Amino acid sequence: MSAKLLCALLADPSKAATVSRAQWTAVLAIAHAERLAGSLAHRLAGLALPATVHSVLDAARINAESGRVQALWEVEMARRALAPLAIPVVLLKGSAFVAAGYDAGRGRLIGDLDILVPRTALDAVEHAILSAGWEWVKPDPYDDSYYRRWMHELPPLIHTARDRMIDIHHTILPLTARPTPNADVLLDNAVALDNGLRILSPTEMIVHAAAHLLADGELDGGLRNLWDIDRLLREFATDAGFADRLAASAAQHQLSHAVNRSLRLANMLYDTPVPPFSKRHLSDRLFIARLTARDSWGRNTRRPLRFAFYLRSHLLRMPPLQLLRHLWIKARR
Amino acid sequence: MKHSIAMRVGPIGFRVGADWRLPITQLADLYRDYPQPHEGIPHFTVRLEARPRWRRFIRPNITLSGDYIIPDALPLPLAQGLLASEMAMNLQMALGQRHYLLLHAATVEREGKVLILTGESGSGKSTLAALLSERDWRLLGDEFALIETVTGFAWPFPRPVSLKNASIAEVAKHVATNRFGPLLTATPKGDVRHLIPNDQALGGMDTPALPALILFPRFGSDSAVREMGASEVFIRLTQASTNYVALGDSGYRALTSLVTQTPARAFDFPDTATGLNTVARLWNTLT
Repeated sequence: MSAKLLCALLADPSKAATVSRAQWTAVLAIAHAERLAGSLAHRLAGLALPATVHSVLDAARINAESGRVQALWEVEMARRALAPLAIPVVLLKGSAFVAAGYDAGRGRLIGDLDILVPRTALDAVEHAILSAGWEWVKPDPYDDSYYRRWMHELPPLIHTARDRMIDIHHTILPLTARPTPNADVLLDNAVALDNGLRILSPTEMIVHAAAHLLADGELDGGLRNLWDIDRLLREFATDAGFADRLAASAAQHQLSHAVNRSLRLANMLYDTPVPPFSKRHLSDRLFIARLTARDSWGRNTRRPLRFAFYLRSHLLRMPPLQLLRHLWIKARR
Repeated sequence: MKHSIAMRVGPIGFRVGADWRLPITQLADLYRDYPQPHEGIPHFTVRLEARPRWRRFIRPNITLSGDYIIPDALPLPLAQGLLASEMAMNLQMALGQRHYLLLHAATVEREGKVLILTGESGSGKSTLAALLSERDWRLLGDEFALIETVTGFAWPFPRPVSLKNASIAEVAKHVATNRFGPLLTATPKGDVRHLIPNDQALGGMDTPALPALILFPRFGSDSAVREMGASEVFIRLTQASTNYVALGDSGYRALTSLVTQTPARAFDFPDTATGLNTVARLWNTLT
């Protein structure tokens, strides 16, 4: 058992008719573990399903809906806190999808609120957010200086009354990572919503999702990130010339590699219609094996492979010597 | 997982997997008369895991896990596996259940009408419910009242009753010993011992009924009964609910109709005999 059946059901809901009882049990556990239960619920809505599956997915749908309302409220709270600064505030990830009403937001669980602001405004944003009731999650001097010197975001903040986190980004990848996306271009191209907040342009939304998936992490939650990419691509693919603009945008942000691989992986797992940018690599199979490493109880499997990707994620994030120093300091605590 | 068991409690199916045999053996005994999940598909997966993996052998420690998790849940020693699985099952309900409004309450039924006993831990609701169900009442559950949001019906959730500290001896006076699980000592909740509900409770686990009375017992003071305004009842029940906020509009509507259609009283009681008498008196005058 792996997460492949879950992916197949997301891609093609008609397969639900062929799923056995034991498989349903596994699919539900894996969907929860991958935080895709709400998305699955939306995909399978209206189909004839075993009563328990229907009930579990119904709960996931209600969960996602209340999460959506909460996420939008967090967006509004941040908007009010930052409006006096008169700077561009760009919503990222899940909050952007639901604020824009994209298909990628349907059933999606939304954790933190992620926003992108100009680096020059970072001090003012930090001050405004702290004045509006957020506080630091982990006030540790090393973490704090590490974030400020090397990361693409401030240390996480949490709201004292609402208990929700906000991540304030000034670019989309750590400064220590090899690719250097152009944050000014991201801000310039951002699209305004009715409430004055912005979202990334369609191509850059996909570039960011790919960067988040492949250039900045150990692929935990990767199936959901890839599902975001699938939904976004299908949403935008009808625009004429979208594929070419996506390729150009990826190149501009030095993320062609990550974008191309994301498209291939999405195509392999979700049958996403993708432009033929590049041929499949042998290593794509390793990524698929890592992404789908779950057993029928929803537990992680393939530990050596996971560990290899964990190392890879750190090496992508920073050069080896810096990594050694960082891990040494973390380990001594 | 290596060791596992599945069971159904009222309308809700669970499967519990563990890295050790012991908790599953204990669960198998406690749940020996429970049915299997409908169609063999459980609603919730619960995992009792050794984390890190060497904790399976050295100072074995259970980490609670499952479909729904809270990141900072404290692990429990292997000897408290029954409590660990109970807490993990409760967690799935509290965080994942969206079909029913969940109230921290014990519920018992008589003549097709349900009595809801709610209050904080130590209020005596579990003890009263356990003793009532040894008389003329059917136990629906001692942990959660499941109020179906669409219909207002209270559904049975007759999990083994989790008795704590002094109530263990109190209930043991009235019940045969083969219905008790092992005594768990020095748990985070003190001493805990599980009581298997009687045949009436298990046989009736598919039969819901409408609420007829809400009582807020409080153990430890002189006998007294107090009337409550609807707004006080409403607020206290929102505090007693684990999923009221997450249900949104449907939770509000379910709770409003429960509160406006059901009489409620608070009462204090100094000992179980007085408590049972008060319950009987209020039930007879108010329903």
